[in-house]
Amino acid sequence: MADAGSIRGIISAAGYVPYRRLQRSDIAKTFGAGGGKGTRSVASYDEDTTTMGVAAGRAARRAVPDAEVGALFFSTTDPAYLDKTNATAIHAALRLDSDSPAFDFCGAARSGVGALRVALEGSGSSLVVSADLRTGLPTSPDEAAGGDGAAALLVGDDTDGPVIAEFLGAGAATGEFVDRWRKPGDSRSKVWEERFGETRYVPLAERAWNAALKATALAPESVDRLVVTGLHARAVRASIRRLGVDASRVVDDLGAVVGNTGTAQPGLLIASALEQANPGEVIALVVLADGVDVLIFRATDALTAYDHTSPVADQIAAAADLSYGKFLTWRQMVTVEPPRRPEPARVSSSAASRVEDWKFGFVGSRDERDAGLHLPPAPGETPVPMADAMGTIVAFTVDRLAYSQSPPVVFAVVDFDGGGRFPLELTDVDADDVHIGDRVEMTFRRLFTADGIHDYFWKARPRR
Amino acid sequence: MSSNGIKDRVAIVGMGCTAFGERFDRGLDDLVIDGAGQAFASAGIDKNDVDAYWFGTAQSGMSGITLARPLKLEGKPVTRVENYCATGSEALRQAAYAVASGAYDVAMAVGAEKVKDSGYAGLNAFPIPSDGTGRTLTAAAMFSMVAPAYAKKYGVDEAQIGEVLARIAWKNHFNGARNPRAQFRKEMSLETIRASPRVAGLLGILDCAGVADGAAAAIVVRAEDAHRYTDRPIYIKALSFVAGNGSGLTDPDYDYTHFPEVEVSAADAYAQAGITDPRHELAMAEVHDCFTPTELVLMEDLGFAERGSAWKEALAGTFDLDGALPVNPDGGLKSFGHPVGASGLRMMFECWLQLRGEAPDDRRIANERPLALTHNLGGYPGEMVSFVSIVGRDAG
Repeated sequence: MADAGSIRGIISAAGYVPYRRLQRSDIAKTFGAGGGKGTRSVASYDEDTTTMGVAAGRAARRAVPDAEVGALFFSTTDPAYLDKTNATAIHAALRLDSDSPAFDFCGAARSGVGALRVALEGSGSSLVVSADLRTGLPTSPDEAAGGDGAAALLVGDDTDGPVIAEFLGAGAATGEFVDRWRKPGDSRSKVWEERFGETRYVPLAERAWNAALKATALAPESVDRLVVTGLHARAVRASIRRLGVDASRVVDDLGAVVGNTGTAQPGLLIASALEQANPGEVIALVVLADGVDVLIFRATDALTAYDHTSPVADQIAAAADLSYGKFLTWRQMVTVEPPRRPEPARVSSSAASRVEDWKFGFVGSRDERDAGLHLPPAPGETPVPMADAMGTIVAFTVDRLAYSQSPPVVFAVVDFDGGGRFPLELTDVDADDVHIGDRVEMTFRRLFTADGIHDYFWKARPRR
Repeated sequence: MSSNGIKDRVAIVGMGCTAFGERFDRGLDDLVIDGAGQAFASAGIDKNDVDAYWFGTAQSGMSGITLARPLKLEGKPVTRVENYCATGSEALRQAAYAVASGAYDVAMAVGAEKVKDSGYAGLNAFPIPSDGTGRTLTAAAMFSMVAPAYAKKYGVDEAQIGEVLARIAWKNHFNGARNPRAQFRKEMSLETIRASPRVAGLLGILDCAGVADGAAAAIVVRAEDAHRYTDRPIYIKALSFVAGNGSGLTDPDYDYTHFPEVEVSAADAYAQAGITDPRHELAMAEVHDCFTPTELVLMEDLGFAERGSAWKEALAGTFDLDGALPVNPDGGLKSFGHPVGASGLRMMFECWLQLRGEAPDDRRIANERPLALTHNLGGYPGEMVSFVSIVGRDAG
C-alpha cells in the first residue's frame, strides 16, 4: 500500500494509432456490401500487437523519462506468440531493467482493463500496455468497425512520478454468456444475435457502475468525462443511457476515424481523454467485456505540466489512406503473388539473444577515443541508445525484386543526428514520396516471420 | 598496402570457357567437365599432368570433392575457394601463387556455378543463421544507389544519367552479340534498354548482369616452362586482392560514388605490373559490370577516366570495341552472363583470346598493346571484395 498521503494512479498515458486508414466505403464498393461511413485505422503489414505495444510504450515513457517501471503488463486478443511471453519483446525494446518482470494478459478483450485494474490496486509502478489488431471476414461488421492500435499507461504512486490522474475506485460485475467468441487460430470472431448480448450487458453495466459510485462516494453528475467502450456497440450505446451522465460528457470513442481497437480501446480513450481534460475533472471508464469494469479517476494539477509527447489527436491527423486491396493482403485475407525470390530463413534464436540491446533496443556504441558512433555496436565500446535519435536520408532506393510482405521494399541510408549511419528499410511511406534529405524517426517492426519465429528489428519512417 | 607480386614468374598456358546461359540441360558436373576439358586440350595436357587444383564456386558445391568427383581425379589436392563474386579470380590467384612458391609445377583454377537450379530470378545468397538485423536488399538495389549519388555529385541530371547507363548496356550488348559463348548474343537499342522494366531505383532489367550457368578454367605453370605447352602463353604481371571491412555501409563519409576497395586493389596491381598510365598502356579491360552504374564508377576507380568524367567518356565511346580503351569486349557480365564462380576466369579467358589474337574477327580489338586487365568484385557498395589482375603477351 502507498504511504498515507500519497496518491496512486496514472503517471503517463499514451496511445498509438497506426499511419494507415481504410475508407469504409471502399468495402461496399468492392463487395456491394459491408463497410459504412468514415475510416478505420490499419496496422502496417510489418506491425503486430507487440510492435504497436512498443510504440505506445515508448511514447508513454518519453513523457516521463525519469519514472521507473517496476513491471510490464501486456494485453491483447491477438498475441504474436502463444506459450512464449510477448511482453518480453516490449520489455527489451523499451530497455526496461532486467530485474523487472514482464507478463502477458492475453486472449480476452477484458484482459486489458483487467491488467489496468490489477496495476491500479497493486503496489509499485507498472507499465500497462495493450494492443489489438481487429478485423473479420470481408464485409463483416468487425472488419468495418474494428481498428488497430495500442495504448500504454504507466501506473504508480506519486513517489514513482507525478500522478496525472488519481485512481479513485472501481466497480465490477461478471457474467458468463457466449456473446462473442473465437477459437484459437481463427482469423475471425463470431457473434450471437445482437439483442441477446445487450440484454445481458446493460444490467451488468448498471451494477458495476453503482458499485464504483459507491466505492468512490461520487454521484453520476460529478463525472466530467465518461468513457464507455466494448466490442458490443449496441450494448455500449444502451448502457450509456442508463448511467445518469449527460450525453455531452461522453468522450468521443474515435469510432468514426480509428474504429474499435478492442483490448487497447480503454487505454487509448483514457489517453485521448487526458489530452483534453482539465485538473480536477472526474473521468470514468466503463468497459463492457464479459462483464463490466468501471474505473474512476480524477485529473490532478500535475496534468497541466504533463507533456503529451505523441498526442492521439496528432496521430489521427497524420494519416494516409490505404486501398482495400492492400488492407486485405496485409491482414492475409487475400494472398497475392509474391516476388519470385526465396523467403527469408528463420532467425537464429541464439544469435538474436547475443545482440538483444541492438536488435530490440537499437543501441549502438561510441568509441571513446575518436567519438565515432557505431551501428551496430562494436565490442568494448560505450553503449549509446539510438532508438529516439532522428536521422536524415542520404541515399535511398526502391527494390522491386527483394522479398517483402508488401513490395516494393523502400530502403534508405540514414545518417543520425549525433553521429552514426545505418542502412534501413523505410516503412509507413509511399515509394514515390521519398527524397534525399527527408527526416526520419525509428520505429520497431516485425521484418518477417519464418518457421513461426518473428524477426523484430527497427525501421525508419518519415517524421510527421 | 604492400605486396611483392609475382610479375612474370607464372604463365597461363591453357584456358577453357563454356557457353554461359540458362543451361537447364547441364548440371554442375557437365559444366565443369566441359570448361576444364577445354583448358586441358588448350594446354595439350590431361588431368594427371596437373599437380594441384583450386576450384571456385560461390554456392554450387562444398569442398574440393565437387571438382574431384566429375573430373575423376586420383590423389590430387583440390581446394574449394569462395570470395563472393570474385570467387573465380580467387581460384586463379591461389593456383598462380602455388606455382610461384615452387610447391607445384602445374596448377589449375576452375570456376563454375550452377545458378539456374534455384527456381528464382537473380542471384540468391546462401542463408547463414543470423540475428535478423542484417540488410535484406538485392544486389541490384544496393548498386542502384550509386547512380543518383554519382549524378548529384557531378551535376548530371536524371535524363543524362539514364542515357549514360543505357549506353554502357548498349556497348556490352553490342560486344556480346559478337561472342558465340555469351548468354545474350543480341544487340539492344538504347530505347529498348531504357524502357526495360524497373528492378531497383533507376535500374531496369537490362541494366543488370545476365544470370547464367557456366564454367571456365585456366592452367598455370612457371614462366620458364610456358613454351613447353604453348607458343603464345600469357604472363601474369599482377594479382591484387582487397577485402573491405564493411565499414562503408555505416561510414557517414562514404558517398556511393566510388569503391575504395577497387581503388586500393588497382593501385597495388599497377605497382606490381609497373603501370603508370593504364588508359594508354592497356590493350583492353574486362571489368565487373554487374550493373551499369558499377561499370561507370569502375572506369574512374581503375584510373581509365578522371573523376567525374567517366559518364562523358562512356557517351563518347571511349570504352567501345573500337574506342581508345575497349572495356568488356566479350560483352561483360551484362551479355556474357554471370555464373558467379566462373566469372573471374571468364574475364581472363577474353584476355587470353585477345592477347593471343584468337578473338573472332568481329570483336578483335585493333590496338597492339601487350597488356590486359581483369577486374572482378564481390559484395556491394560499402562492403566489397575487389580483385585486379594484369596479364601480358610478353615476359619481362
